[in-house]
Amino acid sequence: MTLRDHAIRYGFIVLLFGLVAYFSIAADGFVSPQSAVFIFQSVAITGVLALGVTATLVVGGFDLSIGSVATSAMMAAAYVMVVLEQNALVAVVVCLLIGAIVGLINGWLIVYMRVPDLLATLGMMFLLVGLQRIPTEGRSIATGMTMPDGSVANGKFSDAFLALGRHRFDFFIPNLIPVSVVVLLVLAVLIWFFLEYTRFGRMMYAVGSNERAAELAGAPVKAYKIWAYVISGVFASIGGILLAARLGRGDIASGNNLLLDAVAAALIGYAVLGAAKPNAFGTAVGALFVGILLQGLTMMNAPYYTQDFVKGVVLVVALVFTFALSGRGRR
Amino acid sequence: MVGNAVFRVEGLRKSFGQNEVLGGVSLELHAGEVTVLMGANGAGKSTLVKIISGVYERGGGTMALADQDFAPKTPAEAIRAGVVTVHQNINDGVVADLDVATNLTLDRLSGSGAPTLFNPVRVRREAKAVADRMGLAIDLKARVSDLSLADRQMVAIARALAHQPKVLILDEPTSSLSSAEADRLFALIDRLREQGVAILYISHRMSDIRRLANRIISMRDGIISGIFDKKPLDYEGAVNAMLGRKIHLDQIVVRDSANAVLKIDGLRIAPDARPISLMLGDGEVVAITGLVGVGKTALAETLFGVRQPLSGTMTMNGKPYAPETTGEAIAAGVFLVAKDRGENGIVGGFNIQENIGLPFHKRMSRFGILRRRLERTTARRQIEELGIVCRSEKDEMSELSGGNQQKVMVARWMAQDARLFILDEPFQGVDISARRDIAAKLRASANGRATLLFVTELDEALETADRILVMSEQTIVGEHRNADVDLDRLLAEVAGGPLHSAA
Repeated sequence: MTLRDHAIRYGFIVLLFGLVAYFSIAADGFVSPQSAVFIFQSVAITGVLALGVTATLVVGGFDLSIGSVATSAMMAAAYVMVVLEQNALVAVVVCLLIGAIVGLINGWLIVYMRVPDLLATLGMMFLLVGLQRIPTEGRSIATGMTMPDGSVANGKFSDAFLALGRHRFDFFIPNLIPVSVVVLLVLAVLIWFFLEYTRFGRMMYAVGSNERAAELAGAPVKAYKIWAYVISGVFASIGGILLAARLGRGDIASGNNLLLDAVAAALIGYAVLGAAKPNAFGTAVGALFVGILLQGLTMMNAPYYTQDFVKGVVLVVALVFTFALSGRGRR
Repeated sequence: MVGNAVFRVEGLRKSFGQNEVLGGVSLELHAGEVTVLMGANGAGKSTLVKIISGVYERGGGTMALADQDFAPKTPAEAIRAGVVTVHQNINDGVVADLDVATNLTLDRLSGSGAPTLFNPVRVRREAKAVADRMGLAIDLKARVSDLSLADRQMVAIARALAHQPKVLILDEPTSSLSSAEADRLFALIDRLREQGVAILYISHRMSDIRRLANRIISMRDGIISGIFDKKPLDYEGAVNAMLGRKIHLDQIVVRDSANAVLKIDGLRIAPDARPISLMLGDGEVVAITGLVGVGKTALAETLFGVRQPLSGTMTMNGKPYAPETTGEAIAAGVFLVAKDRGENGIVGGFNIQENIGLPFHKRMSRFGILRRRLERTTARRQIEELGIVCRSEKDEMSELSGGNQQKVMVARWMAQDARLFILDEPFQGVDISARRDIAAKLRASANGRATLLFVTELDEALETADRILVMSEQTIVGEHRNADVDLDRLLAEVAGGPLHSAA
């Protein structure tokens, strides 16, 4: 391998370690288990969404609806528990169903109605942003709220559900690791294994690279594409569950940044280890990278409003790594 | 007729790197005549057209238009000089989202002297003038994307003719038209011929050629291999000159087979085609040959479950066989090496090993988990078997030569035992040694399955097959045992007409 190959392959990882080293010296208290856990926690929900969208990127598609699926799932969880007064299990199941159904509809629009992926999921995004406001006439959902018909919603978030957002597992230090981080790690390992080591994952990559060749090799291409959107939808709804559990209410205003952050993480992932293609490991690293950068800058008292700018710079640099340096973009 | 050559090409050469595509081509086009240019894939037709139309720079030789030196540097320059080309892909010639009138006058919207403001009334008036001159009866306000293919073609040609060309080049204009639509095009061509336009018509379709040609020029391997202008035109001679009849170096030992693997009964693959019936035997290599566009790929895809036959039945080892998906075909042991590996075969993001393993993931995995070691040993074995030149099974496909890429495609499907092994144009873009290797491998491993090749080049069929079937107009029109083949009869069948000797 030439120096250039090494640069492409390990450049981003080196950058990541460089960043950690710099913040360790420059920012007091950056090196601590609590700080590390905080970083993970800050990227957990975006990370889960990013892993889902990675599946659609693998089949050569894109899912713009993940952010609104997550917030819809959050509102649905709140509605189910606060208004319908159901338990945590029902809320979780409803959320997952929403994710799966939206994924199926996205896949159907793209595969059978031939709507281009960006447009279909953009439409779905708008639809969901509107839909989630209809049951409560645009209000956030919390215990004691007044419903449109004048009654008062008396249900509340069950403790089991809130635990998803607030419980911390012991890991050497008591009460260290939040549930959301565990969920992120488990899902990351699952999707990574699925994409890299199962025949289904391999065929999804084939579909993304040359759909016609995959079909002529006997793959049910349409089914693979639809499944990718279902995976994306379900992962997004899991993100929504974690969001609802963390907030403890159905907040109409939250989750605005989820889509862009998740897509950025997945795209940064292209550059990790010179993969030059969507991959689960890269996505996870991409999410972490953004998390570390923001945490470090925050600890060094960088103002909050610079955050999006920093994310944008990272994304652009990563894309240059992927397409210009590795030369894969030309194929 | 020697005097009135409008357009003359002398000793035209062109190379791409080491690869000489045109080796000194000379031809003449006469006013008021349709000259048909025939040639197999890779003969150099499109390179020739691109040089004439100013897309490529020539490597050597001269061109003259009406005795003036003609050396266009850009397509626009060629058009201004009066040499207009309608390319094969119709949609390159029209802008789908604009209306017919704007399309017809599109070339007047740019360039010096074009008005800054877009005046729809003037555009429609000019468009009407163009349409009337051609007798084009299409609503000028219609959007091109709403038109049929034939109408779009007409618009593309009308647009070309708005320049009042002296020379018109039509590159396979009927390849996506129905026969009724083609008739309209022919009427238009007749009209232009009467107006004294010199027309170069590139086609493989014998019916077109019979209908239109005043002269036929055959091309092969970058040179003119025959010019036919004596009446009646010698169509078989032209096909012969195009396909070539080289001495085949390895005479093959023909095998006959009695055990039927696949039986096809009354299969129809196109609405007005005659049904196909044939039998493929165990251990036998059968080649189906015919010109481009006679339905070879359609038949291959029908056998592989990509498309469904209109009628008829297939029987595989005595059991009914009617695949609805490629997956079903593969499960039944029918494998297809599709033509045009870049489009239909190679997964660009995968290395050699992953490309070879692609169709057999199910057989190579346990509980859905891919057994990478098995995949690797399979790839290594196949690389060895077919003599694929590479550093390792981890090489990217883009690092391989065309011949080796094709070997990977063949190796992919030979990794498991087939009952019917179909190869569609397996020698396309493959150098001679790789072609020999693949053919030898196919013959050596033929036992235990039926092998079916679809090839346009006759040489390839003669070199590899035990039996040669000829396809024309979406059906099988002839059968030859590959020993003492009656080449005259075979060529007549390829040319699609009744057997008659013209010369």
